[in-house]
Amino acid sequence: MIAELGLIALIVTLCFSLLLSVVPMVGSYTGQKSLMAQACYLAVGIFAFTFLAYGVLIYGFISDDFSIRYVANNSNSLLPIQYKISAAWAGHEGSLLLWLFVLNSWMAAVALKSRQLPEVMAARILSVLGMVSTGFALFTLLTSNPFTRILPFPPTDGADLNPLLQDFGLILHPPMLYMGYVGFAVVFAFAIAALLGGDLESNWARWARPWTTVAWAFLTIGIALGSWWAYYELGWGGWWFWDPVENASLMPWLVGTALIHSLAITEKRGLFKNWTILLAIFTFSLSLLGTFLVRSGVLTSVHAFASSPERGIFILGYLALVIGGSLTLFSIKAPNLRSRAFFDIVSRETLLLVNNVLLTTAAATVLIGTLFPLILESLNMGMVSVGSPYFNALFVPLSLLLMLTLGFGVLLNWKQGSAKWLWQQTCWIGLLSLIGGFALSLYDSNGFVLSKALGLTLALWIVFTLLKDIWNRTANAGAQHGILAGLRQRKASFYGMHLAHLGLAVTLIGVAVSNYHSIQRDVRMAPNETVTLGNYAFRFDGVRQEVGPNYLSDYGSLTMYHNNRQVKVLHPEKRMHLNQGNPMTEVAIDPGLWRDVYIALGESLDDQGSWAIRLYVKPMVRWIWLGSILMALGGLLAVSDRRYRVYKKNSNNTEVP
Amino acid sequence: MNPIRKQRLLLIALLVAGIAAAVGMMLFALSENINHYFSPTQMATGEAPVAQRVRGGGLVVMNSLQRDANSLLVRFEITDGKSTVPVEYEGILPDLFQEGSGVVAMGQLTADGRFVASEVLAKHDENYMPPEVQYAIDTAHNPNAAATDSANNDSQQSTVKE
Repeated sequence: MIAELGLIALIVTLCFSLLLSVVPMVGSYTGQKSLMAQACYLAVGIFAFTFLAYGVLIYGFISDDFSIRYVANNSNSLLPIQYKISAAWAGHEGSLLLWLFVLNSWMAAVALKSRQLPEVMAARILSVLGMVSTGFALFTLLTSNPFTRILPFPPTDGADLNPLLQDFGLILHPPMLYMGYVGFAVVFAFAIAALLGGDLESNWARWARPWTTVAWAFLTIGIALGSWWAYYELGWGGWWFWDPVENASLMPWLVGTALIHSLAITEKRGLFKNWTILLAIFTFSLSLLGTFLVRSGVLTSVHAFASSPERGIFILGYLALVIGGSLTLFSIKAPNLRSRAFFDIVSRETLLLVNNVLLTTAAATVLIGTLFPLILESLNMGMVSVGSPYFNALFVPLSLLLMLTLGFGVLLNWKQGSAKWLWQQTCWIGLLSLIGGFALSLYDSNGFVLSKALGLTLALWIVFTLLKDIWNRTANAGAQHGILAGLRQRKASFYGMHLAHLGLAVTLIGVAVSNYHSIQRDVRMAPNETVTLGNYAFRFDGVRQEVGPNYLSDYGSLTMYHNNRQVKVLHPEKRMHLNQGNPMTEVAIDPGLWRDVYIALGESLDDQGSWAIRLYVKPMVRWIWLGSILMALGGLLAVSDRRYRVYKKNSNNTEVP
Repeated sequence: MNPIRKQRLLLIALLVAGIAAAVGMMLFALSENINHYFSPTQMATGEAPVAQRVRGGGLVVMNSLQRDANSLLVRFEITDGKSTVPVEYEGILPDLFQEGSGVVAMGQLTADGRFVASEVLAKHDENYMPPEVQYAIDTAHNPNAAATDSANNDSQQSTVKE
């Protein structure tokens, strides 16, 4: 019976969402406070029922209720408990329910904070979120009901979770990613509410900014977790494959990053209101597009689980409705959103504009590369794939250009600056970065690589300019009251910004160094054979059989030597899961801040115990993810700024609690 | 011209130039890096270009896998049910590579009709059939019905086993 309870909770969610999308919206036009006041209660109610539905699904997994089709397809009685729980979002139906649950969690958070907003605004924002929730609840119920039963003859045991997904990274990756993806729905709702109102209130950007930044921070972590997972789980040693599913999450991230920056301009200077609203719409649309690409099964990709066409058509229709509707609204209302303010061509505004252009261009190149094969195929023009050289050829120069402008933008002031001042500020820093970057690349046994030198130069450039900026902006107060007092005077958002930019530099260093310094060899190794890789040597000690909780394992042993000294023994594995006849590579990694040693077992080659083995030494690869963590932390630090908490007093709030 | 308008014009000009450059680069990069798919039949009949980076794929023929005794060189054959093409690859095959299953590879066709792969992709789901392979099999069996039901995996797989 419990599964039916979940279904009922889902239906109630849908009904409440429908009410939420209509009642407060009507109230906001007729001016009936009683109707608008329903928004909060409905939002919290929706959250409670989605929570219940999700709880029921997880309970179904924990209690091994294989009469539920989704549980039977994605779980097994032998599955360890943590994976039974995470299996609740490992498949199609469950991940849609997660989408809905995350959306409604954001909605509830907005509702709880909505007293800080003008009544009409809050009602409309929640109402728009209600519309989004209606669409997804309907989608889940009509095409992907997770509570469907297999009756009257339920299987005695489940088909098991895809072994690739039985992993710590995959417990966290989807919730984090969805927190980000779906979190952009909030700023989208803010944008639509502002368009409906016809004008941006002066505090609009200040209200919308923290929501956007938090969503962005989650998305950053989500993408980094996915990349990390791909690195150690797929056994190919790469951390980014330009796989359509990865691109689907990267596009909203890129446009979302542009949005964060344009929100800064709109908040501080009241400029680019139209553009900010448009970016908010684009960011959420790309999140939806990502959901469509991943969930409709149109892609040739690792992540495209089995799907059926009606799902694709539903999301496509939904996508068309959201994008079409909001862009129509935008074209009607946007001309009202005039912003008249002057700024110098050498100013932070200009640099942020360049940042926005570069980021949206980068997103557009990714979008085209991702959709191009789909378009050609649907026009019957043959089957093609767009290789990673395409993405690298465009994405790398755009990123490098972006990093270059970052340094200037950070140093410049709002409104006006002078080219001469900027030159004085940056000429030594620039020279120093250039010398540093090239010197670090010359010291290299593999020979000089220009793109690596440029990458390192720009990473140094970012670090130097941000230090210089901190110095510039604290030196005055520092001279009077001591350095610490000067540093303390700056706000949290200031340090948040710099921390996030530092994270970018750290990631850049990781990318540049690991890409050009990794040593890889795929070798055939007989027992007791030794292979040398740079300063490292590996002796193959053979493979023995082991038994795991729900798998059999070919358990390899390799002794690792560094400069002829034995360091440790690594154990790459090849696992055969009992319920799904697939072999799975379980790589052995000796992790380190300065280098990872990465060993994957290929396949057994003959009767003498020879195996194909993949050996990698990847320097500083961890910096890529470390930088992402810093970026996310920077975002959260910026949000903790006091000005986002005290805005209640400043805004002319009609409803005083 | 007043300064605001002048400045705006400059910004717009920069923007347009930037976008034009980006679009140009994009189209160039796209034209350089598209990899077309060719079925075993297209390779066997000479429809596929020689010595160009293309994608090929099909079902791995049962018992066709041969390993070199001293290196990681492997040879196998792929088929779409009509034609068969020999494939050579040096490296580690993916986990889900199996005789009888679908596989997609990147590589070049040689003048004597071998497909030398630089990358072999097999997907991480045992029920998964690469769409290209599905399409090739459909086309080989029934050129007219090819496009209509490429989504239907099960019936197609059984067709191939016959």
